[in-house]
Amino acid sequence: MNTSFLYAVLSLSALGASAAVILYFVAQKFKVIEDPRIDVVADLLPGANCGGCGFAGCRNMAEAIVKKENMDGFLCPPGGNETMKKIASDLGLEAKETEPMIAVLRCNGSLANAPQKVKYDGATTCAYVHMLFAGESGCPYGCIGLGDCVTSCLFDAINIDPVTNLPVISNEKCVACGACVKACPRTIIELRKKGKKDRRIFVSCINKEKGAVAKKNCSVACIGCGKCVKVCKFDAITMENNIAYIDFNKCTLCRKCVEECPTAAIHELNFPPRKPKSETADNNETAAETKSEN
Amino acid sequence: MKTFKIGGVHPEENKLSSHNPIEILPLPKVASIPLSQHLGAPALPLVEKGAKVKVGQLIAKAQGFISANIHASVSGTVAKIDDITDTSGYRRKAIIINVEGDEWDESIDRSNELKKDITLDAKQIIEKINSMGVVGLGGATFPTYVKMMIPEGKKADVLIINGVECEPYLTSDHRLMLEKGEEMIVGVTILMKALNVNKAIIGIESNKMDAIQHLADIVKKYKGVEIEPLKVRYPQGGEKQLIKALINREVPSGKLPIDVGCVVQNVGTAFAVYEAVQKNKPLFERVVTITGKNLKKTANFMVRMGTPVNDLIEAVGGLPENTGKIINGGPMMGKALNSTETPIVKGSSGIVIMPEINACRIETLNCIRCAKCVSVCPMGLEPFFIAALSELLKFPEIENESVMDCIECGSCAYICPSGRPLLDNIRLAKNKVGQIIRNRK
Repeated sequence: MNTSFLYAVLSLSALGASAAVILYFVAQKFKVIEDPRIDVVADLLPGANCGGCGFAGCRNMAEAIVKKENMDGFLCPPGGNETMKKIASDLGLEAKETEPMIAVLRCNGSLANAPQKVKYDGATTCAYVHMLFAGESGCPYGCIGLGDCVTSCLFDAINIDPVTNLPVISNEKCVACGACVKACPRTIIELRKKGKKDRRIFVSCINKEKGAVAKKNCSVACIGCGKCVKVCKFDAITMENNIAYIDFNKCTLCRKCVEECPTAAIHELNFPPRKPKSETADNNETAAETKSEN
Repeated sequence: MKTFKIGGVHPEENKLSSHNPIEILPLPKVASIPLSQHLGAPALPLVEKGAKVKVGQLIAKAQGFISANIHASVSGTVAKIDDITDTSGYRRKAIIINVEGDEWDESIDRSNELKKDITLDAKQIIEKINSMGVVGLGGATFPTYVKMMIPEGKKADVLIINGVECEPYLTSDHRLMLEKGEEMIVGVTILMKALNVNKAIIGIESNKMDAIQHLADIVKKYKGVEIEPLKVRYPQGGEKQLIKALINREVPSGKLPIDVGCVVQNVGTAFAVYEAVQKNKPLFERVVTITGKNLKKTANFMVRMGTPVNDLIEAVGGLPENTGKIINGGPMMGKALNSTETPIVKGSSGIVIMPEINACRIETLNCIRCAKCVSVCPMGLEPFFIAALSELLKFPEIENESVMDCIECGSCAYICPSGRPLLDNIRLAKNKVGQIIRNRK
């Protein structure tokens, strides 16, 4: 028999065995004890790593949930209630039902409503324009339309409408992760309740200037007249710094304020057309217009 | 001839208005005087609606350490204190005065007589500069008195006077040196006394030979003041570049000129100091160049603060038809105006009216890594890299690239063959990194 062959096999086997022993003890010494439930929870999460939950990624959230052993305060916006319920049942916990949210653009300064007064040809980021000047329409609160929100969206839910030069947020794709809210230098985008049958009412303007000044730059600006505050029976509308704000938790979607607003700054979304009434014929028109714009 | 060592460009000079003597612009009908004409906190208004004011009357008081007093530039009645659109289109508070006649405050010496003797001591001079609202007229509008108060433990041994005017088109400093040369030199001696230094160097680029000769004749009479001609190169008027060019000292990153023993002031500021100290005249008017290739005529005007830009344009025959941009300041560092109703403020050195063909940017193409921006950066930065990181919103990483040293001269964007908006992105990065640094404190 060839002895050199035997030596080779033996020495290699000895080397392998000793390495195995060393590796075994090293593995024992540096063992990382991880809760197996983390893997289970992480698998249930969507894995988009969008950061909407407030953690750096899906796994971070899974770790946090398992560590806390309580589902309060945790919400995966893309997964929604369904995912949270699944996780809760797997962990033997209870998940609170949360109302689904959606990003809402609170500006209607389209090219028609707020015409361009100057031309800008610099770097195409909203953040820089916001730093540099008031914007092409002259409204220092209005949408710049260069799409910082579009680049920030991981779900392809926002795109800029070339006709209005305003971002359009998709009802189906938006998961309310809040990335666009952070990206918008003027905080125009707000997370609001998605509402029953996707019906929403909101003030589509955040201009804090006096009415006359705001109206000069944009025909659909909130002028702070306070008519909506008076007409609202549910105290849902507050007026601060010349701007009306509708609290989505108090709003009952009665649409009275939409009819009242003289500048059509209050928007209603996804409502059926109103029943024709002789007295509200004019308002119906404005409401229909508002709807078609969205 | 001396110049600074790294970077720099030489744009077409276009000093069209260098032969136009300084004219006095007629008073505006309404003057809107912004409360924030300087770097730092806005001033606090002291007058109310309906108050009668005289030229030179204090109408707004400095708030805080870095701030400046504001004086009425016209006489008349205060119409209101309201928001007006400033150069950026944002609305800022201003005092709006309806002009009635031209009645000056009695304490101002209106004679043309040259007053050489300095009666005040160093402390009184700085106090005077502060109360007269003098700020740096080179463009940054940093309150002059703050610069003159040397922190303990540091010492200035030389005063540098910036007569470079490296921006293309602008000629306001040039005309001032020619026409008010001696007054300006007296202003320099006042600054020297206040700083307790016995040497001052006035740096002037060699495209202003007439001013160099004129001042060289005058300074023979004044001890310690020197004139130094400099090679024409942008941005030589930058503080750090000028120090390097004149006395070959380098200001370290994040430090001030005083750390290398010098103080830099603009020629316009020196003249304003002369008027404030010797004539008791607050800073309420300045020389403004209005120029452009398509204008009927170019001019250098002595303008009261608060005059709308429109008045200047009317005075040179109106806006030409193919106007693309109206730039407040020079074409390299100036900002395009949002509206011609914007008032002239302490920092306005010129209005440049650019025809459409020159004003538009070239199409943005990909970066070809030619490194031209790196070679022209006077601060030795890598503009292409900072701009690329800024586009990716990686602001914490940009901090390591010394972005705060950028002087925003725009040489990188000027030279870029791909027309990339380098300066825009770097400015954004500077702003964001500044926020990060402030939040850390």
